[in-house]
Amino acid sequence: MATKLWASRAASYLRISTFHRAFATVAKDLKYAESHEWVKVDGSSATIGITDHAQDHLGDVVYVELPEVGASVEQFGSFGAVESVKATSDINSPVSGKVVEVNDKLDSSPALINGSPYEEGWIIKVEMNNPDEVKSLMDPDQYTKFCDEEDAKH
Amino acid sequence: MRGGLWQLGQSITRRLAQADKKTIGRRCFASDADLKKTVLYDFHVVNGGKMVPFAGWSMPIQYKDSIMDSTVNCRENGSLFDVAHMCGLSLKGKDAIPFLEKLVVADVAGLAPGTGSLTVFTNEKGGAIDDSVITKVTNDHIYLVVNAGCRDKDLAHIEEHMKSFKSKGGDVSWHIHDERSLLALQGPLAAPVLQYLTKDDLSKMYFGEFRILDINGASCFLTRTGYTGEDGFEISVPSENAVDLAKAILEKSEGKVRLTGLGARDSLRLEAGLCLYGNDMEQHITPVEAGLTWAIGKRRRAEGGFLGAEVILKQIEEGPKIRRVGFFSSGPPPRSHSEIQDSNGQNIGEITSGGFSPCLKKNIAMGYVKSGNHKAGTNVKIVIRGKSYDGAVTKMPFVPTKYYKP
Repeated sequence: MATKLWASRAASYLRISTFHRAFATVAKDLKYAESHEWVKVDGSSATIGITDHAQDHLGDVVYVELPEVGASVEQFGSFGAVESVKATSDINSPVSGKVVEVNDKLDSSPALINGSPYEEGWIIKVEMNNPDEVKSLMDPDQYTKFCDEEDAKH
Repeated sequence: MRGGLWQLGQSITRRLAQADKKTIGRRCFASDADLKKTVLYDFHVVNGGKMVPFAGWSMPIQYKDSIMDSTVNCRENGSLFDVAHMCGLSLKGKDAIPFLEKLVVADVAGLAPGTGSLTVFTNEKGGAIDDSVITKVTNDHIYLVVNAGCRDKDLAHIEEHMKSFKSKGGDVSWHIHDERSLLALQGPLAAPVLQYLTKDDLSKMYFGEFRILDINGASCFLTRTGYTGEDGFEISVPSENAVDLAKAILEKSEGKVRLTGLGARDSLRLEAGLCLYGNDMEQHITPVEAGLTWAIGKRRRAEGGFLGAEVILKQIEEGPKIRRVGFFSSGPPPRSHSEIQDSNGQNIGEITSGGFSPCLKKNIAMGYVKSGNHKAGTNVKIVIRGKSYDGAVTKMPFVPTKYYKP
């Protein structure tokens, strides 16, 4: 992932066009919301970001509006926003809880969301109120199918 | 007015098509079948164009390049845009000029044949019905291009006034160029690439000038103009020759001129400080407020004689109450309808267009402020999602324009 990130940064520095991949990747150990966020669960802690599919549709991310540490988030409620050259989009939390960490690197390097959506481009960590909420989310196969269907509509 | 990630395809369209208020806040769009297609539609799809609804047309928002890369490439190499959704129109007759001068603020009579200008169609209150690039082809032929989103409204307006003008014995008629398609070729490679395709010497053709000439074997209307701030051309080509011309341009540039969509077009015109009708200019905004006083000819200022002249001439004399200005800002990029406050938190206006500048790598925006707050360097606050961020009034264009002038 780091190598890929470096490559895309170098390409953008050199102003070379990198072609979009034909298919966005879906990471295997994560759960997904219909609004295109992923969550990685470790006990009662959840790391949240936006998916490769989402960053691909948004294009170059130029600003990420992060919540404060300590803020409460609700399942499927908005906790921030991501701005690309193209558009502004809400980021919704796949689970309820309290924000315990935010990825400050996104302040200076919002493009981490494009280059590494599942690793370095994570957005917040949440201490979950109700880990059962994760059950209502999609698994990787369901999410892949969901994206295919959504793309087919447009 | 922002959506979740799921509506990405639509969000830019909405941002670009504010004029079409009916589609805003109502998430159902005309089905693809209702959308008009330009003759280049299949060519766009084959070249990876992401097609979106725009002003009743299915148009490419971008191709395989990102909007950021496309914007930068236009200024470094060149861009080819399909703008065939825009409406080309010829007014003919010995009274075509006096007729048009009743509807626009430009000194059309004062233009040399074969030259043109940006102008504004005004209403009785001095507000802008549309902006348009007009060309005086000859003393009895005017060629103009109006916005796709304003086509019906503009044509109805012109037709209504033409009827009454003709009933009083005026000699004017029109032809809507639906048999032609419009391509925009912009950027530093525009002239060298186009020169390969025509025998006419383009080095003698300057910004704002117009010719009818043979390009790639077809008789074209060529205007040295554009909407990016770069040197470039708008080429009105017979529709049956449009795809061949687009292919020839891309081929002759050896891949450096890239197909470019509406997304980058919006970034480019914003960087150049140019208005998008429906966002930065509307029915209730006068050309003076919009910063287009320069487009009102000297003779027109002295004589008036266009719709809303009383309001407009008074504003020129006394100064407008609000003015369109540019901004740099910190934080998230301002978008249309973001509130502008003075440093004490008092409302002084609203953003009409804004975004992240791919060339400057920072936020740029334009909007209207109360006069007195319009000087470059004035500190302001821009409110985005309830938080206020620092901004400052700045001169436009944000990126220097490179028009080809003698």
